[in-house]
Amino acid sequence: MDSTTGVFHESVPFHPASSPDYVPVVPLRRLQSERLRQTVSRVYEHVAFYRQRMHKHGVAPVDVHSVDDIGRLPFTTKDDLRHAYPFGMFAVPIDQVAGLHPPSGLTDKPIVLAYTRRDLEMWTEVIVRCLACCGVRRGDIIQNGCGYNLFTDGLGLHYGAERLGAVVIPISGGDTDHQIMVMRDFGVSAICCTPSYLLYLIERAERLGVDLRQLPLRAAVLVAEPYSEAMRARIEEAAGIKAYEVYGSPEVLGLGVGAECPCQNGLHVLEDHFFPEIVDPATGEPLPEGEEGELVLTTLSRDAMPLLRYRTGDLTALLADPCPCGRTLRRIRRVGRRRGEMFVIEGVEVYVSQVEAALLAVEGTLPHYQIMLTQQEGLDQAEVRVEVTRQVLSDRVGALERLQHRLEQEILRATGVAIPVRLVEPQTIERQRGKGPRIVDTRND
Amino acid sequence: MKIPQISVFLENKPGRLITPCRLLTEAGINILTLSLADTEQFGILRLIVRQWQRARDLLESSGLAVTVTEVLAIEVRDQPGGLLELLEVFQRAGINVEYMYAFTARLGNRAVLVFRFDDLDRAITALTRAGINPVSPVTLYDSLEEA
Repeated sequence: MDSTTGVFHESVPFHPASSPDYVPVVPLRRLQSERLRQTVSRVYEHVAFYRQRMHKHGVAPVDVHSVDDIGRLPFTTKDDLRHAYPFGMFAVPIDQVAGLHPPSGLTDKPIVLAYTRRDLEMWTEVIVRCLACCGVRRGDIIQNGCGYNLFTDGLGLHYGAERLGAVVIPISGGDTDHQIMVMRDFGVSAICCTPSYLLYLIERAERLGVDLRQLPLRAAVLVAEPYSEAMRARIEEAAGIKAYEVYGSPEVLGLGVGAECPCQNGLHVLEDHFFPEIVDPATGEPLPEGEEGELVLTTLSRDAMPLLRYRTGDLTALLADPCPCGRTLRRIRRVGRRRGEMFVIEGVEVYVSQVEAALLAVEGTLPHYQIMLTQQEGLDQAEVRVEVTRQVLSDRVGALERLQHRLEQEILRATGVAIPVRLVEPQTIERQRGKGPRIVDTRND
Repeated sequence: MKIPQISVFLENKPGRLITPCRLLTEAGINILTLSLADTEQFGILRLIVRQWQRARDLLESSGLAVTVTEVLAIEVRDQPGGLLELLEVFQRAGINVEYMYAFTARLGNRAVLVFRFDDLDRAITALTRAGINPVSPVTLYDSLEEA
């Protein structure tokens, strides 16, 4: 890899020390500015949507000299992508597209992802760097438990893990007993999956009498879902591993926008490809470093579908203080909350992460839970369903009632709202591809 | 002399009792006695069976939450005052009974009760001092299955 241009050469084996992760800030900003200018010119020329949007905002490609001018550019929202479906955001003719991920099902709000060869190359590079950031190395045996079909995570991880020089087992999601057998028999050292799936796998292994702490497994690359620090601690303890988060934005690229390093103190954004900003979700005004707001990403090297200032809906903060790992890339705080992962009850905003942290604060409660929102006689009602496990089960009704009460107390403390808890039988809460919907809202049904 | 008791968590919904009962039936496991403690939302089904390990594994692998605790089976005279004598032993020793239920079958002319204490060993000591021996698991299983 050429550390001054950030160009990733396929023929040169990956070496973390020569990665663009360590480029000093000044040349990094120069590179970002150059790539931003190119991106703006390309979308202005090839994407009618952006040309019109820029005209409306009174900005032309010549007005953008560096990343300091990025605030002059218009935002892109998820709704814009929906309106542009299927080809409206393409900056290249279809014959230059090498990979196409249409929506994963019939939906009234479809979004498409397209990649050219260069995009796939860039995607591979960012995944390699993300995996390396998480401490995954050449020679690691990686069990890729992410879906390989129309969801992009599985494929992206596969490309990167191959390039890294790891052994990739493309097992995809589900069939947990089989996953545990493969993990044990082949000495898997790293697993990629969603946090809730890993938690389920840990439980299942326990039940099968397989002690994950005795296996070579040492790292988990967790994707696609926010999860609390308490949940991470539980995963790390129960499986005897380190768990790292890799961040992606499904509309911007898929997985590979940023990753945690061994310091586990925020995710380094691969800024040479994705320029991060934090804005006030309500006004769109930029927020200073350290303040929480909505993450906005501009792609700096996307070919097929470049995006300007895409509103990700993820709430986080930008951290610019130096990281002990030596990477110069700025970090974002782990995304605990998404704009959609929030509900309002009794006039109070409640985030799923607050409920999860409360559940985890009560000893012995594994976080298979679901928040049910219903309407009864015109009033909104919330209920948190929590699965009972062997670990917390008692033969005494009083003990379970106390558990229920403690859970309710913690939720009240965390959210400021009294939300009743209902204890339910194991495996009764829906799990989709190891990723269950945390909120089931039937208020308007 | 301690008897393993299986407890199963069930949601308080119509038909939920059928699942564990059917599983045990299919495995040919006889329920010697049971009790159901319930609240508005959930219940705990407690079972005494001879093959408790098999029953536990079976119920667990079907996805139910199961826990095993130890209880005592104690014989009492099946006459007025039989239970009272026993309860007075606990009261004198300051031992708290968490809950109790009965076997339907009798041992000879005596009734058999299941007791759950918060401190099992203290209960055993108090009973022994009072000259009462809890029924051993083997005696219990054998005589109840014959009966």
